[in-house]
Amino acid sequence: MKTVFAKSVSGRLGVMPATPADPAGKFLPASLLRKKAPALPELSELDVVRHFTALSTLNFSVDGNFYPLGSCTMKFNPKAGELVAALPRFANAHPLLPQLPEGEELAQGSLQAVWELEKSLCEINGMNAFTLQPMAGAQGELTGALLIAAYHKAAGNKKNKIICPDSAHGTNPATAALAGYEVINLESQGGLITPEALANVLDDGVAALMMTCPNTLGLFERHLPALVEKLHAVDALLYYDGANLNAVMGRMRVGDVGFDVVHVNLHKTMSTPHGGGGPGSGPVGVSERLTPFLPGPRVVKDPDGRFRLKTDLPQSIGQVTPFYGHFGVFVKALAYIIRLGKSGLARASDYAVLNANYMRKRLEEYLDVPYTDLCMHEFAASASRYAKHGVHALDIAKALLDKGCHAPTIYFPLIVKECLMIEPTETENKETLDAFCDDLIALLQEAEKKPEKLHAAPVTMPVRRLDETKAARDMVLKENV
Amino acid sequence: MPFIPHTAEETEAMLSLLELKTLDDLFSYIPQEMRPGQFDLPDGLTEYEVIRKLEDMSGRNAGIPLNFMGAGFYNHVIPAAVDALSSRGEFLTAYTPYQAEAAQGTLQAIFEYQTAICRLFEMDVANASVYDGGSAIFEAAMMAVRATRRARLVIDSTVHPLYRKMLSTLTANLHLDIVTITNSDGLTDKNRLIAAIDENTAAVIVQNPTFFGNARDYSDVFEAAKNKGALAILSVYPVMQAVLKTPGEMGADIAVADGQSLGQPLNFGGPYLGIMSCTQKLVRQIPGRIVGRTTDQEGKTGYVLTLQAREQHIRRARATSNICSNQALCALRALMQLCLLGPQGLANAARRSLELAHYAADKIALLPKVAMLNTAPFCNEFAVRLPGKASDAVRKLAKTGILPGVLPGLWYPDADAVLLIACTEKNNEAQIDALVEALRSWSREMVI
Amino acid sequence: MSIPEGLKYAKTHEWVLIEGDTATIGITAFAQEQLGDITFVELPPAGTSLGSGDEFGSVESVKAASELYSPVSGEVIAVNADLEESPGLINSDPYHGGWMIKVKFSGLSPELLSSADYSKLLEA
Repeated sequence: MKTVFAKSVSGRLGVMPATPADPAGKFLPASLLRKKAPALPELSELDVVRHFTALSTLNFSVDGNFYPLGSCTMKFNPKAGELVAALPRFANAHPLLPQLPEGEELAQGSLQAVWELEKSLCEINGMNAFTLQPMAGAQGELTGALLIAAYHKAAGNKKNKIICPDSAHGTNPATAALAGYEVINLESQGGLITPEALANVLDDGVAALMMTCPNTLGLFERHLPALVEKLHAVDALLYYDGANLNAVMGRMRVGDVGFDVVHVNLHKTMSTPHGGGGPGSGPVGVSERLTPFLPGPRVVKDPDGRFRLKTDLPQSIGQVTPFYGHFGVFVKALAYIIRLGKSGLARASDYAVLNANYMRKRLEEYLDVPYTDLCMHEFAASASRYAKHGVHALDIAKALLDKGCHAPTIYFPLIVKECLMIEPTETENKETLDAFCDDLIALLQEAEKKPEKLHAAPVTMPVRRLDETKAARDMVLKENV
Repeated sequence: MPFIPHTAEETEAMLSLLELKTLDDLFSYIPQEMRPGQFDLPDGLTEYEVIRKLEDMSGRNAGIPLNFMGAGFYNHVIPAAVDALSSRGEFLTAYTPYQAEAAQGTLQAIFEYQTAICRLFEMDVANASVYDGGSAIFEAAMMAVRATRRARLVIDSTVHPLYRKMLSTLTANLHLDIVTITNSDGLTDKNRLIAAIDENTAAVIVQNPTFFGNARDYSDVFEAAKNKGALAILSVYPVMQAVLKTPGEMGADIAVADGQSLGQPLNFGGPYLGIMSCTQKLVRQIPGRIVGRTTDQEGKTGYVLTLQAREQHIRRARATSNICSNQALCALRALMQLCLLGPQGLANAARRSLELAHYAADKIALLPKVAMLNTAPFCNEFAVRLPGKASDAVRKLAKTGILPGVLPGLWYPDADAVLLIACTEKNNEAQIDALVEALRSWSREMVI
Repeated sequence: MSIPEGLKYAKTHEWVLIEGDTATIGITAFAQEQLGDITFVELPPAGTSLGSGDEFGSVESVKAASELYSPVSGEVIAVNADLEESPGLINSDPYHGGWMIKVKFSGLSPELLSSADYSKLLEA
């Protein structure tokens, strides 16, 4: 499809937001002005509407397709969330409003939304306090690592290492490095972290272990109590990557089982839309001993029920976002949490795990599911038995697109060869799961007989397989004027 | 249960395939002692009840139409088509475009966004976005530290104070030397910036317009940085960039911005949009996702995520950044805004904001005992020194339904009497006349 | 899989050709195959001094990245400039056109393998 720039017609006007009387040159000297106008598209409103409507039809989405992308929790995003986030008094509130004198009175509604979401997340996760500042999961991790560093500094501990298991999301080691830590790789045993393996890398220099539970293989880390004991014995902290929280709501609270820091992805577990890659939101919860270090300002509720900002936080690490975080995302997450309530959240996890196990069971004859008889909300399956026919995880993924399903996550976690990582979520019905399994089984049978058909896939999408090597070598990253 | 489609029969059939009796049996790996001590949340509500509850909550925010608050975050016009198009489920409920063939809509839009940013800033390369303007400055600083292998950052105090706070928080453990150059009445002497750049400096970081609204040309500062082997990082205001000298024209190595002013509601602080662009030379240092154009097996044009070997999912501890989720939908909205307005519409928004701010400044400067702080040319925002505490003025005016601006005294010393006033094309002369009269009556009380 | 005789091999999959006091270094056919189509190579400028085992650069493909380790100590005297435009030379011709750097060497890593031993390493 032509780009929006290629559709531009010189002199055509779009939406004029205002009719100024004077040129910029009346107020600013020519030396401060740009020489020529930016070459942005010149189109009518209808031209633009047609362009983006046409572009949208080229996408798969949760609204249109089953999207069992492992570790991404592509559940249904309730439409009411969009409605409440767009309420004018939420959407139009300037973030500095409560920082004006007596301005808190003008922003009670927004402050209440922040406070209620923090409190809900505390209860769901069994943590002492939450900050909503981090703008995505990875920034939540960085905030967590900075909190860990602040804790150790205040305790007089000399720590320079963070342990990440080999099954961890790539953001974990990248975060630890960005926070100034040396990253220690921990090899999992039978898909799990064992106390023995931990003991091999644990010493006084370890600041924390970053892990997720269930892990990226969809396995519950059953040695957790022993890990907690070993870590706390050397005053190392335990970090919970909340990517997989959708497996355990109401069944386990990370704070209860010994985690000191947790980040939650509201765009996964709390059903806010992914938007084609963002915005996310990565609130961070902490145990009591880390609470003084949280970023500020903090929203507090006075005994009279008024909400206000607390800025006197002498041990705070500072600020990781200019204001309070992705407020527009909070409103959607809060709407989701209060819609589901106590039993609804627990049921969400129950059915996420049921759906994953149902698919695992239906597929286990055709794919190798290492390590487990019972998975949590997702499972990692290996397609390596089809490699002898020249069919790889990538081919299977592309062939699934032709069936109208988004592909699972492929080649992750790294420790499973030819990995397909499948996370159906609780909002999918049985027919959808069955249809996907039927399609996948048919493809795998075809892989043995007619592998070339999978190599050719996809054939029904807007484009065939794209040349990624050419993209990386030629680096055409924009349209030239 | 909301959003769970299973009938009782289906649940039973699925459990029976697994040879299990109850849903609880699925959790047998979680021992009883690890089960929650409590899970004390309210019962669920209907959709209608949820909407009512949140409507009530939003109603506890005051709706004040006469608003001159800015400080980097501005209430510009957003055409209705931006909401209508960006809320299409095909954009809204898609994930990161890892399966390119099933995400050409998102991918082409990001490619177009990258193009639009490069053209607006006159830079070579833009990424698909980072979180916000502050994280863009942080990532830009990290790019400079990696590229130069130096650890000193020179930053102007008229860069947004909250972005400077974020930079110091996020780099707390990286042993960097951040040198802040002070200003005098909101204006920094460029010679002091130049003098601070030495052979150990990774980058100089400045902002245009400054926090106090001044438009500046940093060409000489950037030239000095280049001579010392340091990189030049410029943070800008995208709407104003329709008329202002570009980062490219000034010789910036990295240009960043918060894209809030391009199609994002103020939303009490986010989500906004971290815009990042750089020179071709730095393309492998820029973090986050980038979309490239390529061809498919049949030679047809298509788009893919590219240069991924720099990213965390491949490089892990050695990645250029830990960023994964970005602000894709906000970038899409910014692109839609730029396309709907076009060069003419964007310039109109900038020019109208400029002329209203100057209309306001001309009148406010004439009030008794009120003095303009800006001695240099300014854009759509300016600062005035009032004959009393600016916080008193704000408190008083807010009671009459006018929010006259924000208080630099929150972040700058000796600025208690300073008020920062912003205008956009959403304001008008009548509103400004009301602001002027309200300030006049307050300052009259002060003078007496 | 081509493993020419007359070259020395590192366990990290670099090869070295020794000619007088000059060592020419590249990566093996096995390494390039594992990485896939190579899209970018980062190499040190001439004049860089390297210790044996030091990282001297990195290679990137579409889906992977790998650091390069020097099997010798010494000073870099030449860099294969063709790789900037044509990194695919490492895939198509890893032992000749795909060479990376030449080092005036002062010492060899004691752990370098013969062609036969490297072949065994790959089979293991």
